[in-house]
Amino acid sequence: MDIFLQQLVNGLVLGSVYALVALGYTMVYGILELINFAHGEVTMMGAMVALAVIGALALAAPGVPGVLMLAAGLAVAIPVCVALGLLIERVAYRPLRHAPRLAPLITAIGVSIILQNVAMLIWGKQYIPFPAILPQGRHTFYGASITDVQIAILVLTVAIMLALILVVQKTRLGRAMRATAQSRQVASLMGVDVNRVIAATFAIGSALAAVAGIMVSAYYGLAHYYMGFLLGLKAFSAAVLGGIGNLGGAMLGGLLLGLIESFGAGYIGDLTGGFLGSHYQDVFAFFVLIAVLVFRPQGLLGARGVERA
Amino acid sequence: MGHSMRWAAIAVAAMLAGCGDKSQQAGDDTLRIIIGQASPLTGPQAHLGKDNENGVRLALDEINAAGLTLGGKKAVLVLQSEDDGADPKTATTVAQKLVDEGVAGVIGHLNSGATIPASKIYYDNGIPQISPSATAVAYTAAGYNTAFRVMTNDAQQGSVLGKYAVTHLGAKKIAIVDDRTAYGQGLADEVEKAVKAAGGEVVAREYTSDRATDFMAILTSIKAKAPDVVFFGGMDPQAAPMIKQMKQLGITAKFLGGDGAQTPKFIELAGADAEGALASNPGLPLDAMPGGAAFKAKFEAKYGKIQNYSPYAYDAMYVLVEAMKRAGSSDPAKYLTELPKTDYQGVTGHIRFDAKGDLAGGAVTLYQVKNGQWQTLETVQSGK
Amino acid sequence: MPEAATRPRWLVFGLLALGLALLPFLVDAGLGRSWVRLLDLALLYVMLALGLNIVVGYAGLLDLGYVAFYALGAYVYAWLASPHFGLHLPFWAILPLGAALAALFGVLLGAPTLRLRGDYLAIVTLGFGEIIRIFMNNLNAPVNITNGPQGINLIDPVRLAGMSLSQPHTLLGYTFTGAHLTYYLFLLFTLLVMFISMRLEDSRIGRAWVAIREDEIAAAATGINTRNLKLLAFAMGATFGGLAGGLFASFQGFISPESFNLMESIMILCMIVLGGMGHIPGVIFGAVLLTLLPEALRYTGDWQRNLFGQVYVDPADLRMLLFGLALVAVMLYRPAGLIPSARRRQEFADARE
Repeated sequence: MDIFLQQLVNGLVLGSVYALVALGYTMVYGILELINFAHGEVTMMGAMVALAVIGALALAAPGVPGVLMLAAGLAVAIPVCVALGLLIERVAYRPLRHAPRLAPLITAIGVSIILQNVAMLIWGKQYIPFPAILPQGRHTFYGASITDVQIAILVLTVAIMLALILVVQKTRLGRAMRATAQSRQVASLMGVDVNRVIAATFAIGSALAAVAGIMVSAYYGLAHYYMGFLLGLKAFSAAVLGGIGNLGGAMLGGLLLGLIESFGAGYIGDLTGGFLGSHYQDVFAFFVLIAVLVFRPQGLLGARGVERA
Repeated sequence: MGHSMRWAAIAVAAMLAGCGDKSQQAGDDTLRIIIGQASPLTGPQAHLGKDNENGVRLALDEINAAGLTLGGKKAVLVLQSEDDGADPKTATTVAQKLVDEGVAGVIGHLNSGATIPASKIYYDNGIPQISPSATAVAYTAAGYNTAFRVMTNDAQQGSVLGKYAVTHLGAKKIAIVDDRTAYGQGLADEVEKAVKAAGGEVVAREYTSDRATDFMAILTSIKAKAPDVVFFGGMDPQAAPMIKQMKQLGITAKFLGGDGAQTPKFIELAGADAEGALASNPGLPLDAMPGGAAFKAKFEAKYGKIQNYSPYAYDAMYVLVEAMKRAGSSDPAKYLTELPKTDYQGVTGHIRFDAKGDLAGGAVTLYQVKNGQWQTLETVQSGK
Repeated sequence: MPEAATRPRWLVFGLLALGLALLPFLVDAGLGRSWVRLLDLALLYVMLALGLNIVVGYAGLLDLGYVAFYALGAYVYAWLASPHFGLHLPFWAILPLGAALAALFGVLLGAPTLRLRGDYLAIVTLGFGEIIRIFMNNLNAPVNITNGPQGINLIDPVRLAGMSLSQPHTLLGYTFTGAHLTYYLFLLFTLLVMFISMRLEDSRIGRAWVAIREDEIAAAATGINTRNLKLLAFAMGATFGGLAGGLFASFQGFISPESFNLMESIMILCMIVLGGMGHIPGVIFGAVLLTLLPEALRYTGDWQRNLFGQVYVDPADLRMLLFGLALVAVMLYRPAGLIPSARRRQEFADARE
């Protein structure tokens, strides 16, 4: 039971990270029907910028409480990522809005390669450690353990998710976003400045990416210019699993993917009598994804018949 | 039409000209010897690749500064460094490129996965190759007479590690994790064999990847099996978060790693959680070597911290040049026969090759993190 | 263009054939021997790109797991012609087997995904590619099938008329490397793949694929059996992938799962999109360009030295950065590809209005 509980905690924390990154994918997709492949790299940039700030602060003012340093890191990383997101949208995607569908996909891949290599030129090829500035508290309940950082990740993810749903459902911007997602033409006829809405979407997604990037590097204790690729891929899978374009779907997909990976790696060996081990963790995850999509092609929470010409 | 005629003419002219010996093209009568170096200079392992390159460069600069004479002729070494991206396919392209450039010998590659396919091209062209860091048994098992390494291989290191866990650490139950790369899996399999041979029990065999940072799930299953030692076959970017997560989960088992984890980066990344971790590295510790401290000072003055394999790359460069000196030639065909006779006291230890080109009787040293530093525990000779 | 029509076709073909026949020697003499090897790799990628072009370019099915078929072909070759199982069958027996197995897996992948569209299909195919790679990486225990991450070494080279394609041979005083001979073998297969692609494009099947790509519902309404045709597209694409995989295994002599990762699938996709989707000359151009460009960018170190007297940025670091910039720039200025088909160009013009 304690093992089961521990795997549940592991899966929820991992899933929260996926969910936060998946939100960025799903928001952009909902509006533009574009897989923003570079989103994972924006996350990486957030982590790198924040780490640079925190690293400098830890050297200059070692007495400052860790939480304040983290806040300073966020305060710099978020605007940088937002600017980056806006720049990517403006340069790499907007001119291609009417191009064949695969063209923006290729620019997205190009942008991610560029961002990776720029990060490598700035911060080097090394893994960068996250300074031990955060409380290292560990709590045990029913044999399972959870750390302060893990609790913070869970709480923050839920809070951000709720805030985002509020923004989309209750504000003018949110209404404009929903309208644009339904039909760009009609929205613009109704007086919605579509370009601004799309830019705002990228800005919000990139800010979330910055937060997610810092979370990931604080949780695992390191950052690297290559870290965005796999994270982005997993988060994208999570978004599709939940039904891409749907905010709740991204959250659900992220959490599910985290749980599937945890329980998959934890139990697959026992379930198959040792024939398949934890090296088949990703096979297991993809298998669930494929099975879901085969039976529910629009994802778990996706709207039916979203086929648009 | 005229265009293609011109091309054809160029082609014919070039074909007639043939391939001159590029290594002899220097203007004066100084012999220019091109030395190839190949390692990943981009991608996740770029820091290790650069480290190897710097090791070779340091040795090469020293040799040139001291002056090199081969067969009565003055000679100068020129470094040609290539990025193989740790990718097998790129490695073969790079290998062919180095062969094309007329290299007299190659130090490389870094990863076994890249070294193995490249070794075929060097063999086909008769170019001697010394890998400073490829440890997979398969590299020299192909039987190519051009393939050498100055690094203890996985079988040698793994057998020492496995035996050490049982006999010295007193572990009865051992969990083994590997990163499913040629290096990690090869080493972990050898450890598993040695643990069983020494009477230990492998209670869990778990797997991760060389891109992963989350090991909570597999560590939780490992925790349930209550091992005395957790062995990880893989590199420092995984080893560091792994030991942190072990602490988070309250696992009290000792952490044991191979040379991929025995790096300063591991301590830097794992911070206070690194304390008490054990790991091995082939060869003698730098500070236990007569020339070790000097190497460290020289290297770090020029290139910053030693990552891992640069001393081996440095030694490999000297081993190659020593063979050239004995043969009095940089012609691969001539000095290749001298390489198996190598008997060189290098920074990393006493270098001799066995019949396959492996390091004969390679030593393995065990280290433990104490007070934020790798401290030497003891050195064990493999095969004993 | 009337001029082109009146020019005798045999002359054009003759010159083209002569050019292709002499190419490895020109490249060897002009650029160096490693470029002959790159030429071989380029041909391999042309085959792969043409194969994926059938799935993505013709039928419009976004496949991000194409590398799986390449891997299957390569492993079939390695199993049947290496010391791993002690089998050493000749290449003409193995290549069709590998291609057939790949085709079978193409259908296996296609069947459950028939209902999926666009990006959902992309993620499922991506998953399929990863699943195959993970199995290849792990099937060394309990029964050693793939030798796991260690890969399979000492794969037999192709032997033609008693000549091994991995060793140098001397003919009329000129030394051929294995890479030269491999070029001709690969060229032969590339021409075959090209020929099949061209014939398919102009056939009923090819037109049906285009109809499915443009509007699947309308295509089904006109009586096109969309299920069978989509499966056929997957199978045909996979066949070429499997063929290229077998050739790759024999060419490298060593294969391991790390050669068949997701980045490889993405690269092949980039080739066809950059070159011009659904258009054979464009696809070929894209494949050759993307194989050679990263290699050419290795020389930026020399340029820097010539221009500034020293190397500011490591060429190895700059290489991928420039590659990324090139991808973005080409798509911004030629979104339908560098050499788009007439139809694509038209579609793009329509969309602009």
